[in-house]
Amino acid sequence: MSFLKISNLSVDYKMRRETVNAAKNVNIEVSKGEILGLVGESGSGKSTVGNAIINLIDEPGKVSNGTIFLGDINVHKDPENIVNYRGNKIGLIFQDPQTSLNPIFTIGEQLIETIQTHLNLKLEEAKNKAIGLLKEVGIKDAEVRFNNYPHQFSGGMRQRVVISLALCCEPELLIADEPTTALDVSIQSQILDLIKRLTKERNLAVILITHDMGVISETTDRVAVMKNGDLVEIGPTKKILTNPKEIYTKSLVSSVPPTNKKIDRFIIIEKENKKQSETNIKILNRWTKKEIINQYLVQVKHLSKTFNDSFFTESSKNSVMAVDDISFKIKEGQSFGLVGESGSGKSTIAKMIVNLFRPSKGDIFFDNVCITKIKSNKEMMKFRKQIQMIFQDPYSSLNGRLKVKDIVAEPIKLHNPSISLKDLNSYINDLLESVELTQQSADRYPHEFSGGQRQRISIARALATQPRLLICDEPTSALDVSIQAQILNLLKDLQEQLNLTILFISHDLPVVRQMCDRIAVLKNGKLCEVSKTEELFKNPSHEYTKELLRLMPKIESIYNL
Amino acid sequence: MLVVALVSFSLFNFVGDPINNMVGEETSDEEREELRESLGLNDGVYVQFSRFIVNASKGEFGISYQLRRPVSDLIIERLPATIELVIISALIALISGTLLGVYTSINRKGLLSDIILAVSLLGVSLPTFVIGILFIYLFAVILGVLPSFGRGEVVDLGFWSTGFLTISGLKAIILPSVTLSLFQMTYIIRLVRAEMMEILQTDYIKFARARGINEKSIYYKHALKNGLIPVITIAGINIGTLIAFSIITETVFQWPGMGFLFIQAVQFVDIPIMSAYLVFIAFVFVMINFIVDILYYFIDPRIRVKGDKIIG
Amino acid sequence: MDNKFQNTWERIKESDVYFSFIKSPTAIISSVILFIIFFCSFFIEFLSPYDPFDPSTLSLMEAFTPPSWTEEGVAKFILGTDGQGRDMLSTILYGSRISLIVGFSAIIFSLVLGVFLGLTSGYFGGKYEMIVMRLTDVQLTVPSILMALLVDGIARGIISRELHDEMAIYVLIFAIGISEWPQFARVSRAATLVEKNKDYVSASTIIGVSNILIMFKHILPNIMRPVLVIGTIGLALAIIAESTLSFLGVGVPPTTPSLGTLIRLGNDFLFSGEWWITFFPAIFLVILAFSINLLGDWMRDTLNPKLN
Repeated sequence: MSFLKISNLSVDYKMRRETVNAAKNVNIEVSKGEILGLVGESGSGKSTVGNAIINLIDEPGKVSNGTIFLGDINVHKDPENIVNYRGNKIGLIFQDPQTSLNPIFTIGEQLIETIQTHLNLKLEEAKNKAIGLLKEVGIKDAEVRFNNYPHQFSGGMRQRVVISLALCCEPELLIADEPTTALDVSIQSQILDLIKRLTKERNLAVILITHDMGVISETTDRVAVMKNGDLVEIGPTKKILTNPKEIYTKSLVSSVPPTNKKIDRFIIIEKENKKQSETNIKILNRWTKKEIINQYLVQVKHLSKTFNDSFFTESSKNSVMAVDDISFKIKEGQSFGLVGESGSGKSTIAKMIVNLFRPSKGDIFFDNVCITKIKSNKEMMKFRKQIQMIFQDPYSSLNGRLKVKDIVAEPIKLHNPSISLKDLNSYINDLLESVELTQQSADRYPHEFSGGQRQRISIARALATQPRLLICDEPTSALDVSIQAQILNLLKDLQEQLNLTILFISHDLPVVRQMCDRIAVLKNGKLCEVSKTEELFKNPSHEYTKELLRLMPKIESIYNL
Repeated sequence: MLVVALVSFSLFNFVGDPINNMVGEETSDEEREELRESLGLNDGVYVQFSRFIVNASKGEFGISYQLRRPVSDLIIERLPATIELVIISALIALISGTLLGVYTSINRKGLLSDIILAVSLLGVSLPTFVIGILFIYLFAVILGVLPSFGRGEVVDLGFWSTGFLTISGLKAIILPSVTLSLFQMTYIIRLVRAEMMEILQTDYIKFARARGINEKSIYYKHALKNGLIPVITIAGINIGTLIAFSIITETVFQWPGMGFLFIQAVQFVDIPIMSAYLVFIAFVFVMINFIVDILYYFIDPRIRVKGDKIIG
Repeated sequence: MDNKFQNTWERIKESDVYFSFIKSPTAIISSVILFIIFFCSFFIEFLSPYDPFDPSTLSLMEAFTPPSWTEEGVAKFILGTDGQGRDMLSTILYGSRISLIVGFSAIIFSLVLGVFLGLTSGYFGGKYEMIVMRLTDVQLTVPSILMALLVDGIARGIISRELHDEMAIYVLIFAIGISEWPQFARVSRAATLVEKNKDYVSASTIIGVSNILIMFKHILPNIMRPVLVIGTIGLALAIIAESTLSFLGVGVPPTTPSLGTLIRLGNDFLFSGEWWITFFPAIFLVILAFSINLLGDWMRDTLNPKLN
């Protein structure tokens, strides 16, 4: 007998031009002691369903149809009454622990307030209960930390506090909306373990909303796949992941980078761009193709970067060592991966190579020239042309006030001011075609494109100067997994045909495994190890690497159950 | 503070020739020179500046060119009138502004909110002097219930003369203080409302809702306390602005305060009064900033317990 | 070329701003009112049969004529006449032209100055930024009206009295402009700091685009939204500031009266019953400022992505 029963749930957003159906006739059941995964890409309506259960949908959204039963209670029968179930029967956890807690009350005050709202307890009893809860979610010195403010906790600890707040009135249903997306891998696994443990101990019914198939495979008992507001498929996790029925689920599963092997290309079942690409890269004839000579293109020697930024002086007198004595070399034509969690200094290294930051110590050699010592602007321009970069956030990496053709034209004109208009336009078209965008895209503005398409524009812009080294700073971590697969395929194609050297930066080990020949693992600004990709995954030598590999959510783990 | 002292000193020193302003056309050159010497205007710039600082710290700013009286006497005479006016106005503006702002942010769709907002926008568009004139015309000329100028009877407490203790004094302060506070009040309404509405959209308010905290507590405890933080800063600036705008109100209502004095000084280029007024204003601002910082310390834990290390 | 214009028009029609404009009656009404005021003020020579500044056409016999709808009113002076027999409506429109010129010039002056300082200080940072921000801090604590009064006071000290009347309008523009620039500097600096950290700026740097080009081609267009909102509200403030200063007698001289000067002149007759001399300029001023504020308010709501 299922505990939560959602029948025919529909949620509509009345927008200016049309009504968006964020959820259409969704039917989901969850039993006690069970974790149901709700998976889907952005815009699939998975969070909408979660919020609809406790009627917390943002304006102008509205539940237009359907019933939600919690045991025998019809939750939505009386909209005024839903307040009584929030916190009391249903607990909710949000994605970002940094913003989920009120900054000017201590966590104790927030716990006690919540407890006393629902349970008839005296202040002292409520306090004891709160401290017990903090201990239960794994906060040490709970009696002391009880009086701390949220900003005194780290991200992982805050998420524990959030969980304790969600559970403090003993709800029977817990909805966790991307509870670990903002956290590092090592902390993610702790939080997921905590949720699993609490599910067992308290016999909770849990809905875990996530986009991460690895998390789904390791945590959930059953999974529901959503797309554009429709429930595509629902069933036991193992069955859905190993033997999906629907074509969408198949494409979703095949887009996930496997953690246990290296594949040549991702199998794309549903394509973002309708036009099928013929792997013909048009800019090839403009490209002065380099012979691969077996030499190092990039050499990083004892690189260090210290930030004694005025921003930090108030909180700590000591300066922050973002990068600490790091050396590595990249051969021309290779792709080299930099892996690490947040704060490991991987992006800082990239910014030093493209000369956005000056290193505090050490040198960077490009083509055997030390580029960190260059003073003159003219000299620098020569290297600017050869080193280009793609950024993480597709929304901020393009200037929204310029048309696509102007964005792509800027580097061309800058490095070749005498280019004729005709030549320029045909070059732009070739570039756009190479990244599988239509010619019509040139006259449009960035906001008319999706995240994946914007990332393609970024790539076109980076290729416009015909660089030898392309730095990709988490190029796909803001994208949905199916789009990620397409972009990664494109990068591989480009690299093969243009002989690009790629420095690939990511926190995502499976992605790095698919993309790189060699990998460097970073932790807190220090280099842990550098080795060939397959070697690193099969025989990691450093403790930290082993831990990362062990904790990374693996979609394949489902096969071993 | 020192910057202001420098500015007001340079005002004193370089702006025109005070002698020209003090004496008539027919004064002979010898007489001018004599006066110059007696005022110490022939000393070096540094000597003059240090003398200015020393005198200013003792509260002496020289003699008014126009009224031929020591500036410090004039200031002390006028100070109570301005301070009483500003304090009453600040209280009106802050209290009613915050209350109305919170009301409109919570009842976003109500008719009363719409009216308050429309009136507040009108309030921002009404220059203070126009409000003053309208009030005078309505209450003094047509209805004749309230006085249109002056402070009424004042009671002299030795160092302070107050209008709070007589009925005519209290009556006299109603129009000027309401006039003065109206612009600031509408400003605060809009600020509080914008601030509250932004906070009501944050994740922690949503999370509080998800925990079933009742709406009253969400509005008046969780949101309001966060929303008041910027209001404190504004309240500080607000008092400063009120002092500045008291110049206008005092002119309209012929209120015998410092602003009235200042505006006459500007018209007659009476530099000692201008520079003294400037130093006084600067002093008030520094004090206000200081108090605001202290208040912040007590209200915002992020500042108070900054030193603590993040553990875990 | 025609085609291009049409395309731009199509884009405007498609945009959210246009949509919210035609959905907002207050925005439409206030812009219509503003258009009428602008039009009448700037073409008053062709619209009005009177020239209030030509003494030969004035007659003291006609002084203090009340508005036309009152018992003693005369049809040819719709809003009556003032103490010198000048037609109120024409005088007001001439006055509003001065107010508008001063307001616009002052706000453009402070916008250019403030945005330039805010943009460059936000972009370059360091000591330069610190100095600029300290300056704005100091100046923001000094209320603008006081600042303007001081500037005017200093100007009176420096410039001789005869010259001052001639220069009054420029002094006024400078005084109001200089008192408003910190607003623009702050807003544009804050926006620049946000934009500067966006990847498109890094991308431009990596491509090799120069600092100046990055600032003015890439960042500037992206920070104009909040600047324009502040600018509109600032325009209303500048017009109010102008009239306030003129009312206090330190603004535009009575020979070329602005709205504030008119109100001040009329104020003397308030107690003797000639209410219209001060009432109409005041109402006109309020309508003008209110319309600009309504428009600014609508702009803030529409252009602020946070509240959508």
